[in-house]
Amino acid sequence: MARDWSDLVLLPEGASAPTPVAPEQRRGFFKRFREGLGRTREALGAEVRATLFDTLDAEAWERLEEALIGADVGAPATARIVARLEEIAGGGATGEALTDELTKLLAQGATVATEEARAIDLRARPSVILVVGVNGTGKTTSTGKLAHHLRTTLGLKVVLAAADTFRAAAVEQLQVWGERSGTEVITGPEGSDPGAVAFQAIDRAIATDADVVVIDTAGRLHTQDQLMAELGKIRRVIGNRLEGAPHETLLTIDATTGQNGLRQAEIFSSVTPVDGIVLTKLDGTAKGGIAIAIADKLKIPVKLVGVGEGVEDLRPFDADDFASALLK
Amino acid sequence: MFDALSERLQSTLDGVRQRGTLTEADIDAAMREVRLALLEADVNLKVVRQFTSTVKERALGADIVGSLNPGQQVIGIVHQELVELLGGEASDLQFAGKPPTVILLAGLQGSGKTTAAAKLAHLLKDQYGSSVALAACDIYRPAAVEQLVTMGERAGATVYERGTDIDAVTIATWALEEATKAGKDVLIVDTAGRLSIDEELMDELKRVSAAVRPDNTLLVVDAMTGQDAVNVAENFGAAVTLDGVVMTKLDGDARGGAALSVKAITGKPIMFASTGEKIPDFERFHPDRMAQRLLGMGDVLSLIEQAEKHADEEDAKDMERKMRRGELTFDDFLKQIKMMRRMGSFSSLLGMLPGVGKQLKGVNIDDKAVDRLEAIILSMTPAERRDPKIINGSRKRRIAAGSGTTIQEVGKLINQFEQMRKVMKQMSRGKGPDMAQLMAQMGRK
Repeated sequence: MARDWSDLVLLPEGASAPTPVAPEQRRGFFKRFREGLGRTREALGAEVRATLFDTLDAEAWERLEEALIGADVGAPATARIVARLEEIAGGGATGEALTDELTKLLAQGATVATEEARAIDLRARPSVILVVGVNGTGKTTSTGKLAHHLRTTLGLKVVLAAADTFRAAAVEQLQVWGERSGTEVITGPEGSDPGAVAFQAIDRAIATDADVVVIDTAGRLHTQDQLMAELGKIRRVIGNRLEGAPHETLLTIDATTGQNGLRQAEIFSSVTPVDGIVLTKLDGTAKGGIAIAIADKLKIPVKLVGVGEGVEDLRPFDADDFASALLK
Repeated sequence: MFDALSERLQSTLDGVRQRGTLTEADIDAAMREVRLALLEADVNLKVVRQFTSTVKERALGADIVGSLNPGQQVIGIVHQELVELLGGEASDLQFAGKPPTVILLAGLQGSGKTTAAAKLAHLLKDQYGSSVALAACDIYRPAAVEQLVTMGERAGATVYERGTDIDAVTIATWALEEATKAGKDVLIVDTAGRLSIDEELMDELKRVSAAVRPDNTLLVVDAMTGQDAVNVAENFGAAVTLDGVVMTKLDGDARGGAALSVKAITGKPIMFASTGEKIPDFERFHPDRMAQRLLGMGDVLSLIEQAEKHADEEDAKDMERKMRRGELTFDDFLKQIKMMRRMGSFSSLLGMLPGVGKQLKGVNIDDKAVDRLEAIILSMTPAERRDPKIINGSRKRRIAAGSGTTIQEVGKLINQFEQMRKVMKQMSRGKGPDMAQLMAQMGRK
């Protein structure tokens, strides 16, 4: 399970070992993560305890179903998880055993099978990470924080591409992040071709021998066909400039998002295959259960979670932690 | 959501037709489908429970009347209850006796406050001729102030900003003074996005509110929000008195259960809907129309209203006469394009026509393609625009060069235009053409 950045990211053979994170600091991360999920934990935990430790009648199962639905897990994934749990309960398991089982099911639900598919693959040099998503889901913020971690936590040389040339002041926003992490930001004039900005950033990365290019794109609703086509074009431009690129496409999903998150993941994937989800704003009252719905249906794992405003608050996703934090 | 629901209800209640009445078992089966459909649409669980029990009560023992099948009958009840739940009549802003009227916008990060602020400014300016000012109180998100300045300018509003080093309450107070001095009609206060459990920022919101004493406090909610929408609305409502809600990103395919939930739980009316990328893509929220749109009936009323807002009546009559006679020229077509542009993007307009939403699945109305059409027409001489028949090969070459397009594109436009003229003539003889189809063809890449 990925817990540290060094676990999450696959680096080229012989790359300088990243500075390990001090244990105390790590506990700090976890504390924050659990605090962020606290609300979910309270609500879901109470429901689950009440349900799994009481008489397991039809109404009890319905309560559990509703608790999961209330966390935005969605009807199909909820039905599957509850059906599996009923099966296990039929085999005689009760209370604590059932809670553990549910934790396991949720953990499995939020991720995918192989370790490699759970990682962010940066073995190519330079590697290109493309960040995409709907308006307001936190692309620019996540891009900025990601660059910071790649730079400071992993010691990689990063070039940022401000390919959101549409939203007013998006470029300035990324530039601020670039300054904070000491990362070069490649920009183009407002309204200019985002593909050209991406192209230039890769050029720049090659010329300066950088490790990673992170490309921030404009927010687009997945229903806007011309904007989705534009995204397809950006992807093609990137691929033409550097074979194999983008090596990683990350989709930002707002934790408050409901079942529409599935559509977002589905349609973005059809334009540019999505390798992982960045689940943002998990520090509010939102439950982020949509991540389970997405992984369940589309087999796209969550790779990163945003649990706060600070630059440190972008964390590698840990399915077990996520699930147990949901329940304990 | 209701297309699928309608089908599912039809099959669930198939056997009922013969019997003539809905039994409790039938209704329960139907309510399971309704419950699932609403949950898939992100309607809050509590609201779903309440809703299905109300619908069940009404459906119980209802006779199967007239030509309606049981599925349609249940849909009918669902629709009526939806309209009820979405909130009766459209509600309006409170205007202050002594200007400026202050509107405070609040919401989560990324819900679309800054964009909504500029769009609302544009709407007020456009509909009431108000002079509007915006106060830039988001001092946290990098470049939020710059975004408001740029968008405010586009919307024709004055933006009061003091950068990010002064606290939000001070900026808000100062902006109100400035707006009063400048004799502004409306001051819209844009605040930073905040989580409803962030005590420090919620406290800041309270202080901003206390400082400017807003006549309207609007919560900005993303239409894609899931079950959490209700918590957010309740928590914000506990901090400041909310007067209404702005739903954003309604141009996506989110089923908008959040709208239903927020209204049902908080009782706060949804006042405005943001429906596109452009500044004019912002409108009053009409509960009855929203329910119709949900049911796939299209939003005809909104379209008519928008058309009326922009079309000069004389022009329209003239156009209609020419259409009937098949005398439409490229000049008229150009006028039409310009008029449509003022109304917003083609895609958002077409989405409002009944039936078009479905028809256009997969059809791409490319606003850039429309730009190209416009360029082609602008490269024609007045004579060519009046009578496209005179456009021969060498003229086509010149037009293509002038508009930066290809001869093929020019040829295609002329052909389509001729076809359109023919169809319009037929239409006047009573054969109904499919306008939506026509428009879709013109806009296709």
